[in-house]
Amino acid sequence: MSLSDHLPVLVVIVPLLAGPLCVLVERPLAAWGVALAAAWLSFAAAVALAVQVNVSGTISYELGGWAPPWGIEYRIDTLGSYVLLIVTAIAALVMVAARESVAHEVPEPLIARFYAALMLAFAGLVGIVATGDAFNVFVFLEISSLASYALISMGRDRRALTSAFDYLVMGTIGATFILIGIGFLYMMTGTLNMQDLAARLPEVWDTRTVRAGFAFLTVGIGLKLAMFPLHLWLPNAYTYAPSVVTAFLAATATKVAVYMLLRFMLDIFGIDFSLGRMPLEYILLPVGVLGILSASLVAIYQVEVKRLLAYSSVAQIGYMVLGIGLASTTGVTGAILHLFNHALMKGALFLALAAVAYRLGSTTLQDLAGLGRRMPWTLSAIVVGGLSLIGVPGTVGFVSKWYLVLAALERGLWPVALLILLGSLLAVVYVWKLVEAAYLTKPQGDVAVQEAPLSLLVPLWLLVIANVYFGVQTDVSVGLAGQAAAVLTGGAG
Amino acid sequence: MNSMQLLAVIPLVPLLAVLAIYATDRWPNVREGASVLFGLLLFGLVVTLVGQVDSQAAPTLVLAEPLPGLALALSPEPLGMLFALVASFLWPVTTVYAIGYMRAHHEENQTRFYAAFAVSIAATMGIALSANMLTLFLFYELLTLATYPLVTHAGDDDARRGGRVYLGLLMSTSIGFLLLAMIWTWQLTGTLTFTAGGVFGESVDPTIISILLVLYVFGTGKAAMMPFHRWLPAAMVAPTPVSALLHAVAVVKAGVFTILKVAVYLFGIDLIGELAVADWLAALAALTILLASLVAMTRDNLKARLAYSTVSQLGYITLGAMLGVAAGVVGGGMHIVMHAFGKITLFFCAGAILVAAHKTRVSELDGLGRRMPLTMLAFLIGALSIVGLPPFGGTWSKWLLVQGTLDTGLWLLTATLLVSSLLNIMYLVVIPVRGFFAEPASDEQGLQEAPLASLLAIGVAVLGCIVLFFSPDPIYQMMEGVFP
Repeated sequence: MSLSDHLPVLVVIVPLLAGPLCVLVERPLAAWGVALAAAWLSFAAAVALAVQVNVSGTISYELGGWAPPWGIEYRIDTLGSYVLLIVTAIAALVMVAARESVAHEVPEPLIARFYAALMLAFAGLVGIVATGDAFNVFVFLEISSLASYALISMGRDRRALTSAFDYLVMGTIGATFILIGIGFLYMMTGTLNMQDLAARLPEVWDTRTVRAGFAFLTVGIGLKLAMFPLHLWLPNAYTYAPSVVTAFLAATATKVAVYMLLRFMLDIFGIDFSLGRMPLEYILLPVGVLGILSASLVAIYQVEVKRLLAYSSVAQIGYMVLGIGLASTTGVTGAILHLFNHALMKGALFLALAAVAYRLGSTTLQDLAGLGRRMPWTLSAIVVGGLSLIGVPGTVGFVSKWYLVLAALERGLWPVALLILLGSLLAVVYVWKLVEAAYLTKPQGDVAVQEAPLSLLVPLWLLVIANVYFGVQTDVSVGLAGQAAAVLTGGAG
Repeated sequence: MNSMQLLAVIPLVPLLAVLAIYATDRWPNVREGASVLFGLLLFGLVVTLVGQVDSQAAPTLVLAEPLPGLALALSPEPLGMLFALVASFLWPVTTVYAIGYMRAHHEENQTRFYAAFAVSIAATMGIALSANMLTLFLFYELLTLATYPLVTHAGDDDARRGGRVYLGLLMSTSIGFLLLAMIWTWQLTGTLTFTAGGVFGESVDPTIISILLVLYVFGTGKAAMMPFHRWLPAAMVAPTPVSALLHAVAVVKAGVFTILKVAVYLFGIDLIGELAVADWLAALAALTILLASLVAMTRDNLKARLAYSTVSQLGYITLGAMLGVAAGVVGGGMHIVMHAFGKITLFFCAGAILVAAHKTRVSELDGLGRRMPLTMLAFLIGALSIVGLPPFGGTWSKWLLVQGTLDTGLWLLTATLLVSSLLNIMYLVVIPVRGFFAEPASDEQGLQEAPLASLLAIGVAVLGCIVLFFSPDPIYQMMEGVFP
């Protein structure tokens, strides 16, 4: 076997091994080097995988040579390769920005361990997507979650500790629920392989155990996803974590949770069960809409910009949940597309905040006052990212909004379409708070602030350009999302 | 250059101007010279395009395809080329005016000002030449965003407040209604391409079509139809050249242009003629015309009065589009041109009065004609053109619009147009008349005209008003091309 046959496992193994290596090399710069190399290698593997999947279809990899369903299978299909691509790309870009920002925000003795935890969190996220085994999902989920708790607790503010603890409690409940759900499914089917589960579940659809398992999984994933009203851990965690961690988690962790939702609900249980026999549609639609509106409203009243964007993330998750709840190919396409697009927007926005935090130490609206002139590149990146969040045409946000509104109209649900657009208008309000602060407010105090260093600006602007590029040239993003959605919904309109 | 290349180059020229403006930041004379030169170049290119395009076989330039089957594309047609001609002609004229104004007024951040101005013109060109609703919408939003820094140019609390109303209303109408209408149209018909005769087939429920028409008309907030007109007076916090070009020509005209485009190429005027809701919208436009005129009379601030006058005049064009007869659309299209020249003259004069005499209120202008005779004379001519009296351009568009209302038999609308003309005399013409004949409000003496560059621009605009009366034919023939 050549190296390329092992790509499905390499994409996970490389960052997983890089974690301990970071601790061993100990010196901050060397640890960063290891993490950077691992992230880019993983990204390269993900690109190669995406090409392979595109050419020859779904890849099945037998771990240790044990044939599924007995052995553990790694399985990369269109959806999987798509999410892998996003997660690894964001990780690779964030790693470039990490060196300066982390050196500034994390105490030096901790830096090597910080990168180790970051690599483990990354490996866990990638693993969830790559594996074809339900129990493996739980294992990787715990790897990434435990690492994330540690990462968040390394924030400079002491409140980082309590927010990490909150997240630990909520996250553990979520993970336990997921484990219970998987356990119930195993009880009824005797298998943990996803394909096998999907094939065997229809026989036992009508048992209470399966339905209970379904409910546990929904709530468990909902917690990890920060689906409204299970989102309470997210704003604090995003606000007090080191800036780089926020950028990384915001752009990847929730996306992987959405992937889990799609995988379990639409693939393993199947759309007939989840949205037909079980009332998931009637849960996801209102939860999505409520999430969009309430979180956007709360975001408007925030003065800490990281927290503002964190609430905006909760709202954006609402869009994805809503798309899945619309239960049509267009709706699921919109959800998957928004997963991709939102990673680009929030990646860019939180990296820009990392740049602001690097120069100013904190990121309240007051800190932004008059910053438009002093850090023009950073702030114009915030403007473009914000426009994308609103969904202005020519940015990625517009494309995902288009699909979601179209899906709502196809179902005849024009009030939902209106509410989606109302969400955009609320986004105008909170984004414009940033713009007014940056460009129309007189700065207070120290005016000698310089533009952020190039190592932060380059990855930031790559993401900003991606926001515009994929807003106009959508062959890849829409094409793959559409294919994946067609598979998940069984081509049902 | 062939017309394909022209289509690609026309929106690019103002963007290149942006680069040139930033590159010459340190040398104001070079910077503004470049602005004017790019403006003239753009006008030349648009004229060349008009000369080349055969309306029967217009080329389409596809820029990108962001959604499957739905491209960003440019394609010239008579209505759009007319709009492009007006905007590109008035850009260099306004720049010349701005040179005088901005320097005399000691404005800051002039580089940003000229750059945002150029971006706005690029967006306007995009709107004018768009081949489908998606492209139009993209440039429509770009225009809103590019004009925001111009509206808030002063950077103080007033500017911030004005900017909020401006952006808030334009964004919420366009995202809340226009985007919804657009996606709905796409879902029903599978196309957003501007097509002669409209895109809705027999199969679409007339009730839904009616709802869509309402969404389109209200969604186009830039057309300032009441009750979504407040952004226009709010935008008057901007420097006067901005008010002149953008809020008398590019932005508001982009709005009514969108409505005309939608009426002619998405719905088709025959369909509009059949829809009962179109009559109601026409009635609402008539109401806007009257109410805005009445509000204008109560405004003492000169720019606010002109703003409400604009709201009223835009109502004419919306009304023309909703009549569902050819004369209404032709009249509406011509009114875009005529009102542009008339109103830009008035705004230029208002700015000239501000920088030369430091006056912003109508009540302070008594007797000013003795100190600023040229400016006041120009104001008179602009006002008369807007009223629609010969020998000025506004005559013809009003004539056609009145004819349109007669064609539909809605005599109440005819009456509205006539009453409105009288109101125009009362709140516009009265200003220069008092300026010449009333006792001076202050005892300052001597000539005190506006900066030379500004006077030059005013002269060109006035000349436009007069020339358009004596030779409206080219414009009329272009508009006729809409209905081959």
